[in-house]
Amino acid sequence: MVDGGLPAHLDGFVRAVREAGIPVGISAAVDAAQVLTVVDLLDREQLRHGLAAVLLQRAAQRQTYDVLFDLWWPLSDRPAVPAEVDEDAPAPEDGIPDADRQAALAAELRAELLRRLLDGDEEALRRFARMAVDQLGQGQPSPSGQSFFSYRVLRALSPDTLVSQLLDGLLGGADRGGLAEQVARQTVRERLAAFRAAVEAEVRRRSAAERGRDRVARTAVKPLADQVDFLRAQSADLAELRRSVAPLARRLAARLSAKRRLGREGRLDFRKTVRASLATGGVPVVTHHKPRAVHKPELVVLCDISGSVAGFSHFTLMLTQALREHFSGVRAFAFVDSTDEVTRFFSPGADVADAVQRIGREAEVVTFDGHSDYGNAFGVFAEKWATAVGPKTSLLVLGDGRTNYRQPGLPVLADLVRRSRSAYWLNPEPARLWGSGDSAADKYGQVIPMIEVRNAAQLAEFVTTL
Amino acid sequence: MPPQQPALFADVADVTARLSAAGYLPDAQIATTVFLADRLGKPLLVEGPAGVGKTELAKALATATSSELIRLQCYEGLDEARALYEWNYKKQLLRIQASQNSADGGDWGDLHDDVFGEEFLLSRPLLTAIRRTEPTVLLIDETDKADVEVEGLLLEVLSDFQVTIPEIGTIVATRRPMVVLTSNATRELSEALKRRCLYLALDYPSAEREREIVLSRVPELAPALAEQLVRTVRALRAMELKKSPSISETLDWAQTLLALGLDTLGSDEVRQTLGVVLKHASDQTRAAAELRLN
Repeated sequence: MVDGGLPAHLDGFVRAVREAGIPVGISAAVDAAQVLTVVDLLDREQLRHGLAAVLLQRAAQRQTYDVLFDLWWPLSDRPAVPAEVDEDAPAPEDGIPDADRQAALAAELRAELLRRLLDGDEEALRRFARMAVDQLGQGQPSPSGQSFFSYRVLRALSPDTLVSQLLDGLLGGADRGGLAEQVARQTVRERLAAFRAAVEAEVRRRSAAERGRDRVARTAVKPLADQVDFLRAQSADLAELRRSVAPLARRLAARLSAKRRLGREGRLDFRKTVRASLATGGVPVVTHHKPRAVHKPELVVLCDISGSVAGFSHFTLMLTQALREHFSGVRAFAFVDSTDEVTRFFSPGADVADAVQRIGREAEVVTFDGHSDYGNAFGVFAEKWATAVGPKTSLLVLGDGRTNYRQPGLPVLADLVRRSRSAYWLNPEPARLWGSGDSAADKYGQVIPMIEVRNAAQLAEFVTTL
Repeated sequence: MPPQQPALFADVADVTARLSAAGYLPDAQIATTVFLADRLGKPLLVEGPAGVGKTELAKALATATSSELIRLQCYEGLDEARALYEWNYKKQLLRIQASQNSADGGDWGDLHDDVFGEEFLLSRPLLTAIRRTEPTVLLIDETDKADVEVEGLLLEVLSDFQVTIPEIGTIVATRRPMVVLTSNATRELSEALKRRCLYLALDYPSAEREREIVLSRVPELAPALAEQLVRTVRALRAMELKKSPSISETLDWAQTLLALGLDTLGSDEVRQTLGVVLKHASDQTRAAAELRLN
């Protein structure tokens, strides 16, 4: 442990968790200290779960937390680990082994890895990963000390090329193809991912010992899923984001419908009130009211689906889809340089990814060159669906407002906004870029409230203020 | 301050053993968090997708500690009168009318004290849990379904384990109940509430633990079939479905296989019984395509 003992160490850990974007209040920090007095400090997993229980508030924070925990309470604090390393593993060499020996070692470890993966014992796999990093992960020793790289381990062992052998092993002679193979593939994917994660965790641990954990912590911690920029999201992030958007849409729908139901009560229901008063000796203690006739809110979504905002529009279309399941009055329009109604693709129960593909194929959103043309798109919308926006309609425009230096179509949009009950523009670009280059966002911002929605967290914020 | 009372569990291993005996197999995370909830005297907020055993955990806790389970089911529009206490105004009114009709007319002071007494108080789950002297597990189920105002109501109860009734005074718990709140995370609970709770994020269990759960709940199932079943369910969960199969659906599936007398889980069997785990037509189509059932 570091100077200052356990409390100082815990304090450092709490601060690192805070820096990673997880809000930890003072009371949570106090609770964390209390946890240390209650759990068995020699059991690392107890400590991990115990601190998580007081420091975290959302499931999405767990991954970040685990990375930091491994750095702050590393395994090496337990002297038992080196002794547990496999007996049949070759003894570590002094310095860097020459190429032949390295290759032989890699082949041997590869066979070992195959056995472990087939076996599926996670703890054994983690132990093996630690050993593999030790044997294969060393880079050139530099004056600053020994460094370790996960790519060296993964290249030497190339676990991905083991898939076919693993499948054979798991299927146990059964035929390829069909259900059994798909299920086995999933198992293989999970185990390979677990191995890769174990290797990376071990490399992080060793680097932290070498270079100081603060530096490692800064680079190793990935942003939380709802902080990932829509426009820069990668495919792995996308899947994660999709999961977070689904409950968001449900939440929005729940809010809107709750407002509708809990609105002011209607006129007195005389008959019901008198009837209920019989129970209290003719005194009308509780009045009953007729339910108010509710106006169904209408929502018109106008969504830019050009390539530049593809990631963003995908989510907004998901939101549209979820709203469709709760409200009948939702109409969706998509545009690139022309506009088409896409409501029909979002029938309840339809798959969103599917719908997006079909929109690309079937909807008439491109007439010229496939670059955004907001002026023409708004024009076509106002002309062909003149009645879509009325005094009961909320209008939601989604896009980055990059017009490719074409006409922005401001008067048309201003007219649409005036005719609607409320209107918002959600822009996935950072606010400081609005108006730069071909962006007309600042001009649009003068006729319609423009809101920066760069990530799921901001989308959630918008949804809750609506 | 919450009253001091002997801890329910000796250590984490004790939690694991007693919950297992009650038919709930906890992993290290669940056992540690439950242990802390008991030791620190804090409510336990359990969050996770539907069907991962949140409510089940509370029930098992009640069994393991031989406590009574008091359940407050949250829903939209839940209010103080349904969660905490209510005056039985009908009975109060009858009492007042009865005294008016009696010959002497009755003294108002006596009547007032009488009408706002124990006899006319309807105790709702929160108050019941606090007044009990026997061991109690208070389950506040689906907290996210309730309105934000209810959370404010819970704050006093959960941090100090006391309830203030203006006409009677403050009722302090003589014995602190073990509180479990569950949430499906359909909305973010307020910071104030989360701060007072220990947080436990439940997710779908690991393959190994799920197999153990299946075998403990459906002991007649052959271990090899359980293994196959769990791996198939995991393959389903890896897809982007509207509703991933939950643990309870895995158990249903195991029961189904048993009832149908199937001893292997091949393409035909999965196609016939997919409705047990996937309950959206679009999910079924997608799963059938990705698992190459056709």
